[in-house]
Amino acid sequence: MQTKDCLTIYGEQIKSRLLIGSALYPSPDIMTQSLTASGAEIVTVSLRRQQSAAAGDDFWQLIKNTGLKILPNTAGCHSVKEAITLAKMCREVFATDWIKLELIGDDYNLQPDPFALLEATKILIDDGFKVLPYCTDDLVLCRRLNELGCEVLMPWGAPIGTGKGLLNSYNLKTIRERLPNTTLIVDAGLGLPSHACQALEMGYDAVLLNSAIAGAGCPITMSRAFKAAVEAGRFAYKAKAMPEKEVAAPSTPTMGMPFWHQQ
Amino acid sequence: MNITINGELLNVNSKALVEVLQSFGAAAPFAVAINSEFIPQSQHGNYVLNEGDSVELLSPIQGG
Repeated sequence: MQTKDCLTIYGEQIKSRLLIGSALYPSPDIMTQSLTASGAEIVTVSLRRQQSAAAGDDFWQLIKNTGLKILPNTAGCHSVKEAITLAKMCREVFATDWIKLELIGDDYNLQPDPFALLEATKILIDDGFKVLPYCTDDLVLCRRLNELGCEVLMPWGAPIGTGKGLLNSYNLKTIRERLPNTTLIVDAGLGLPSHACQALEMGYDAVLLNSAIAGAGCPITMSRAFKAAVEAGRFAYKAKAMPEKEVAAPSTPTMGMPFWHQQ
Repeated sequence: MNITINGELLNVNSKALVEVLQSFGAAAPFAVAINSEFIPQSQHGNYVLNEGDSVELLSPIQGG
């Protein structure tokens, strides 16, 4: 296919529709090989208390050497205040105004807090951030975030790290239909390449995942699998699937069928 | 003067943020928040710490 078909994130054209996390890999070497194998152009990172200067710098050097675009997150924040402060610290360290805004509302399922998310999003957008909110698959929440100025929304497929896939495809489809001009990325909960493919097939612009690759038996091979799945899903969406039918219809022509009606 | 850095209680001789960070062994890249407020790097040079301040010194780490 020669036509340019890029993912758009706040005006930037990105070729890969797979965004990848940098956590939970068995080793730094497997992480870097997995990032490369995925074909991703965007990697998520975070900030934590400086423990060993050398260890932190080693990780940062590895990430910088990949040349990938950085998407910092506010993972672990439970209040608007924490998320705002961490977002500002990320902007300075990573030199980007992109922020994956995570604001946890429940520690059991790590569900985003929709009310705090709206409040924090407004403050950050007013401060010049380009917010990529990790949100639930609630249409009204997505609309509100969109109205605040979010050009990208990232509803969950399932709770973080569960690998359950798209638990509520009806909700996700509805968001896609109601927000046709917004960049939509399924973030979290995917476990299999088929889950990613399904998200792209239904018109989602991309997927963001980490555990599904890092937690696989062979993360590097799983990276390749997700890369292929995302491409397949996007091709399928562009190709437009055949209409589903309730009754069987033969695909091989019946005209000229030998032995036809001979019994 | 007593302050905390990354949750660790410390007795420091200087009130200058930059000197305290240096003596703590802060290594770039990092960002600083004091009492939960982000302090941009441009303000580090003039920032004076107070008794009981809580300093957060954060650096890049893996994230999903």
